[in-house]
Amino acid sequence: MMKILSDAIAGMLGPEAAIYALAAIGLNIHFGYTGLLNFGQVAFMLVGAYGLAAGVVTFGLPFWAGILIGIACAVVLALILGIPTLRLRGDYLAIATIAAGEVLRYVYRSGYAEPVTNGVFGLRQFADPFYAMSPLPDHDFDLGITTFSARNLWVMIVSWSLVALACALVYLLIHSPWGRVLRAVREDELAARSLGKNVYGFKLQSLVLGGVLGAIAGALLAINTQSAYPDTYDPKVTFYLYAIVILGGAARVLGPVLGSLIFWLILAFLGSFLRAASDAGVIPAEVLGSSAIGALVIAFVGLGLLLLMVFRPSGILGNSKEMRLDVR
Amino acid sequence: MSDNAARVRSTDGGEAGGHRPGPLATVPAEPGSAKPDPILVVDHLTKSFGGLRAVRVDHLEVQRGTITALIGPNGAGKSTFFNQVSGFDRPDSGGWTFEGHPLAGKPAYQIARMGMVRTFQLTKALMRLTALENLMLGATGQSGERFLPAIVRSWRSQEKDVQRRAEELLDRFNLTRMRDEFAGSMSGGQRKLLEMARALMVHPTMIMLDEPMSGVNPALTQSLLGHIQALRDDGMTIILVEHDMDVVMGISDWVVCFAEGEVIAEGRPRDIQSTQAVIDAYLGSRTGDQHDVLEAEQ
Ligand SMILES: Nc1ncnc2c1ncn2[C@@H]1O[C@H](COP(=O)(O)OP(=O)(O)OP(=O)(O)O)[C@@H](O)[C@H]1O
Ligand SMILES: [Mg+2]
Repeated sequence: MMKILSDAIAGMLGPEAAIYALAAIGLNIHFGYTGLLNFGQVAFMLVGAYGLAAGVVTFGLPFWAGILIGIACAVVLALILGIPTLRLRGDYLAIATIAAGEVLRYVYRSGYAEPVTNGVFGLRQFADPFYAMSPLPDHDFDLGITTFSARNLWVMIVSWSLVALACALVYLLIHSPWGRVLRAVREDELAARSLGKNVYGFKLQSLVLGGVLGAIAGALLAINTQSAYPDTYDPKVTFYLYAIVILGGAARVLGPVLGSLIFWLILAFLGSFLRAASDAGVIPAEVLGSSAIGALVIAFVGLGLLLLMVFRPSGILGNSKEMRLDVR
Repeated sequence: MSDNAARVRSTDGGEAGGHRPGPLATVPAEPGSAKPDPILVVDHLTKSFGGLRAVRVDHLEVQRGTITALIGPNGAGKSTFFNQVSGFDRPDSGGWTFEGHPLAGKPAYQIARMGMVRTFQLTKALMRLTALENLMLGATGQSGERFLPAIVRSWRSQEKDVQRRAEELLDRFNLTRMRDEFAGSMSGGQRKLLEMARALMVHPTMIMLDEPMSGVNPALTQSLLGHIQALRDDGMTIILVEHDMDVVMGISDWVVCFAEGEVIAEGRPRDIQSTQAVIDAYLGSRTGDQHDVLEAEQ
């Protein structure tokens, strides 16, 4: 029992939760505040991760140069995706981003890219300078209910700090005239245009900003495991991020953070619970093999989202009054 | 049917509206007539949807500092004309100038910044912004709309001025009560008012209103008409699409009548009342539907 609880807490506070929160903050800028349908947030994470990994391993650049390359790649990707589609109806960006998410993964794992990305075998050991920066003594930390290794804790501290910074940035932006235009674009592009706002320019800025946050999250994900494999960045990730944004409440500054905490709490709790039940023989192995547990957990998450949509469609932090408005 | 014809003819707001002799006194009342000081000049503007010629304006000038009404039956092409001129749609051919600047090919937001601002027939209130935010959005030249200044909050003092202006306009349009309500929770008429107030935040030199009075109660319509006249007296140019003949005759300095995409008549309100082409357009010999006038007058 204690084990299930400590697993759940570890999952909730762990590096993944922070990293997904960061990527979801980026997605929230796109989807929640600007109304952009980006179904390829994972592509930004991919280029962020490989900017660092390939920069360091393949090209022998310093760690920070790798990070900057990842961010630059995200900016370029946002421009490539946005410039042709953002003048058109919203569906075009959706299609382009879905495609980008999948195509980029195939490109990165393809034979052509192998000299740079090492294909499906991925890249490793590029984040030593990151761990060398850690001020933490090299032993496990007992946080009462659960313990973290020094390396994990260091990634957590950095990731959650970045999440806090990103939230502060979003808060400042959204509560400024810039954010007001962004929300106006979400409500009605034509109205914003009739008031002299360069809608296209704002959508592009939004796409770049959210994409850069995605790239930083992707780099952290690679740092966390000291490895980058193309298949880590599959389309599923984007849909988890949507689940997180919607769960927490779209267009809320803290929505993605709360969403990610809960998402990972549930994921870790259910995984640990089902494994314990399976090990104890409560659930027979024929009914639920250990390999099926992961899939079942995701099914439960889907069910949970369904219930959320029925009972609280605006998400946990969402403004239900806003939701009831007759938005035509 | 003759009843309606009589109403079109007998509406005599023209005198009651308090018109000044004005610069248009000597302009001939015929389609395409030249004005002494035109702010908007349209030439050979055409727009078709499939086989349907929605707009074909050979020449049209709009006098600066006047209220010009566009009238015409449903589907005459008035809104389509607005869309072309304001840059929201691309015409098939033709050009137009605003204060001497050619506008063909310019994006809508740049046209708005140049001082030509339009509203929409189907209201475009920004639903999940409050009434106050809707208005504040309209202010131009806000430094806080640029990315870096937005973060360092150097826009605070400008924001105060913008808010003060927005509150004045809310007050003028009887919307102060709705200040902090979402536009999505406002009534249809209130949204019309909100949209017009928001357009004024842009500081337009010319404002194009597409049926601003539809759905607004009569008492408020009267006060709105007063505001529109006051704006004109301050030097603003106003083009409005309106179906209510009493309103048109009462407020406008000049009337342009569309039918089937073309300007079929132009003139002072008094000229228009007696123009056979206008009566025909409304009563059906051209487009064949007397519902237009009936609807308009209800
Ligand atoms: N986007 C469009 N696609 C196809 N046809 C259109 C489109 N917009 C307008 N039309 C057609 O163009 C013609 C002119 O329409 P428009 O909306 O300009 O009329 P209107 O004069 O504003 O009428 P109303 O008084 O009813 O508002 C109509 O016949 C309409 O069917
Ligand atoms: Mg119309």
